[in-house]
Amino acid sequence: MTATLTRPTLGPVESSPRRRRPRRAQGYRIFRATALVVVVLAFLAPLVWMFLASLKTNVDIYDASKSFVFTPTLENYDTVLARNNYLSFVFNSFWVAFASTALSLLIGVPAAYSMSRFTMRRSAVVVLMARIIPGVSLLVPWYYVFSNLRLVGGYSVLIISHMFVALPLIVYIMMSFFDSMPLELEEQAQVDGLTPIGAFLRITLPLAVPGVATAGILSFIFSWNNFMFALVLSGATTKTLPVAIFNFVSYASIDWGGLMAAAVVVTVPIMVIALFTQKYIVSGLTAGATKG
Amino acid sequence: MTITARRRSTGWSAYSDWANRHRKWLFAGPAMLFVVLLIAFPVGWTLYLSLTDAHGSVRRESDFVGFANYLDVLGDTDRFWPSVGRTAYFTVGALAVEMVLGMCIALLLWRPFRGEKWVRVAILLPLVATPVAIGMMWRLIFDPNIGFANQLLSWVGLPAQPWLSGQDTALPTLIFVDIWQWTPMVVLILLAGLTALSDEPDEAARVDGASTWQRFWLVTLPLLMPTVIVALLLRSIDALKTFDILYATKGKGGGSFHEVETLNVYAYGLSFDYNDYGTASTVLILFFLLIVAIMFAVTYRRKGVNR
Repeated sequence: MTATLTRPTLGPVESSPRRRRPRRAQGYRIFRATALVVVVLAFLAPLVWMFLASLKTNVDIYDASKSFVFTPTLENYDTVLARNNYLSFVFNSFWVAFASTALSLLIGVPAAYSMSRFTMRRSAVVVLMARIIPGVSLLVPWYYVFSNLRLVGGYSVLIISHMFVALPLIVYIMMSFFDSMPLELEEQAQVDGLTPIGAFLRITLPLAVPGVATAGILSFIFSWNNFMFALVLSGATTKTLPVAIFNFVSYASIDWGGLMAAAVVVTVPIMVIALFTQKYIVSGLTAGATKG
Repeated sequence: MTITARRRSTGWSAYSDWANRHRKWLFAGPAMLFVVLLIAFPVGWTLYLSLTDAHGSVRRESDFVGFANYLDVLGDTDRFWPSVGRTAYFTVGALAVEMVLGMCIALLLWRPFRGEKWVRVAILLPLVATPVAIGMMWRLIFDPNIGFANQLLSWVGLPAQPWLSGQDTALPTLIFVDIWQWTPMVVLILLAGLTALSDEPDEAARVDGASTWQRFWLVTLPLLMPTVIVALLLRSIDALKTFDILYATKGKGGGSFHEVETLNVYAYGLSFDYNDYGTASTVLILFFLLIVAIMFAVTYRRKGVNR
């Protein structure tokens, strides 16, 4: 019954105008379905394994016979969230990601607009340098300067360093977004008496909301996932989640159950965001890809 | 308030005129200033440090040693050149598989099918997951004693592998992890490129009797080349600089035999684990030159293709 709903151009072979090779079309369909299942399994299975391990006691993790059949327990989450104070790290990660994204959008979106409208390609390259340069080469000088300013270990230095990651991303995505927006509406608005800045704020910006959402979501994810900057620049109370997870194993023996629960705590929020904003993430990651 | 609210009043309109006339730099300035401030001084300082014997603490007096660090580093076959080799091995190995696999999966997903949305979600998840957490996850899966990887091998009758703990197997294992996490990125980019392609050339080739294989190599791939280059460029920038999964799984110095010590991990170790800033800066300058050279090579090729 659903077959009648699908469009006639389903697969490359099936859409053949002369309906040749019906057998091969059938074969290709089966091959394709199998391949897709394998792909999905390959990408999801490790994540499922991580989740299962987070529900096991350490004794069960060491027992191969209990790979899939075991009594689930929330003990690991209790260890991680209650005893190791992970909720404060969750807050740190969230606050740093939120603040760095907001500030980067504030200065990045107008910059991208200007660079798109005035075709400032060379200036854009300056901002995109931030993406190419290895972060380690910046960390020693940053550490020196920011510790002299007594900022190391505070939120501000983390926010600044994550803005450095977010800005090139936002400028890159928004530039290709503004490039594809027609000029006519802005010009019309200026004929109607708005100043150029007024036209940007009242006409272009509201129309650019999908682009801003894309850039904002990706910048949030990149900040949430960032490890190296926080590893050096954060203090005991401002640690973000990736650093907290890393410190989890720097002691003698590994508490695998706890570690997996911690890993789930870091990845789940970002995956939930990804589930609901899939369309935006994909358009951001592929921005500029089709222009060549 | 009332004065600024009225557009005719001289004060406000003077500001407004000025702002509108200079909007180009007013808009672009703050972001550029931010990036330049955070880059220019560190790069200058790194250049300076690379010419000194700074170590221990950056506050300490250090002597100017000219190009001695560069000679030392370039003659260092113990740590520097092996880490260059590992960086190349990791980048080329990961990228080669990611591009081929990414292309296969993108072609698989190209034409619409039922359940498309769920497959896309599945390939998006590794991409957005926190690399450090992913590193920990694979550490458990590849654990020689309790990991699922060896359990799987024993089911099919293969001998257990040391994976991340083996001196020769650690880097290939981490290449695998990189492939798992970043192939989806290649898929998404190539898929965007494929979707944007016009159907006509492919249709024309089909009418002319070209086989599926010929149509891919002679029609689709050449048309898709600009997108392939973009994917290659974006992935190579990140692969060269890979740090999170290497440091999270093997720790300081890339393991006890430096088996996964790439240039980035080496430079990080010199800076923050051994505080040898002079050498670290030298390595970083050379690393940066390498990245720029590769970017240049890839973009140069791109221009060649477009012509």
